[in-house]
Amino acid sequence: MELVLFMCFAVITVASAALVVWHPHPVKSALFLIITFFAMGGLYLLLEAEFIALMQVLVYAGAVMVLFLFVIMLLNLKPRTTGRAEFRLRLKWSLPLVAILFGAIASVIHHPLSRLGRGTGEDAAWVAAQGGNVPAVGTLLFQQYLLPFEATAVLLLVAVVGVIVLAKREIK
Amino acid sequence: MVPLAYYLIVSALLFCLGVLGVLTRRNSIVIFMSIELMLNAANLGFVAFSHFLGGLDGQLFVFFIMVVAAAEVTVGLAVIVALYRNWDTIFADRIHLLKG
Repeated sequence: MELVLFMCFAVITVASAALVVWHPHPVKSALFLIITFFAMGGLYLLLEAEFIALMQVLVYAGAVMVLFLFVIMLLNLKPRTTGRAEFRLRLKWSLPLVAILFGAIASVIHHPLSRLGRGTGEDAAWVAAQGGNVPAVGTLLFQQYLLPFEATAVLLLVAVVGVIVLAKREIK
Repeated sequence: MVPLAYYLIVSALLFCLGVLGVLTRRNSIVIFMSIELMLNAANLGFVAFSHFLGGLDGQLFVFFIMVVAAAEVTVGLAVIVALYRNWDTIFADRIHLLKG
């Protein structure tokens, strides 16, 4: 059952990711990317990472993709009529390179670490004692990882200021 | 029980599709979406290893990556809008001067 669900989510993820790259129209690419992110949320659920799955749907499929679609519609882009032949040519040259890269990355499955069974150490027991994934992540976030958490707040502030500076550039 | 290697294969495939997008597409927004695909591939690797090692540290890493990616998307899209104002196009092969 788990394997069937995994296969469904994995196929949807990879197929719609391929369509993101292949589709000439940017709006449709963005919509396929939303499908990819939703299916990845399903993969995270299978990995018992409920908090990350929720974040994936809320932050990526929600906030980030709304921003992408907003910018695409703001710029009102149409697909180029001339670019397809060049795209096919580049695809022909890139595919062997990317296949080599895939071979290099996927060779990691021969490493002993990727034959790990399900972890049942004291960490797993601790997660269960916290009452599930979300409370455990919250506890870690506000205790062990408090300093990086605060640093991300500063990072978001810097991003907000930077975006305002970029957007207001013309008003002197 | 799905083995860890399956998740790593999916992650590698996603990353390679992202690289393929950056290599072949010329629309800046689609290139940017491909970069998001690569980030998500890394996230999937983190969560998969975190699950099979039994701890939660990988998931915390993914949380921080998501925050950084959200900030990166806002800044990147603002840069693309600024590019469009200067060049009236966002196709990367038409933009050939850094000091526009």
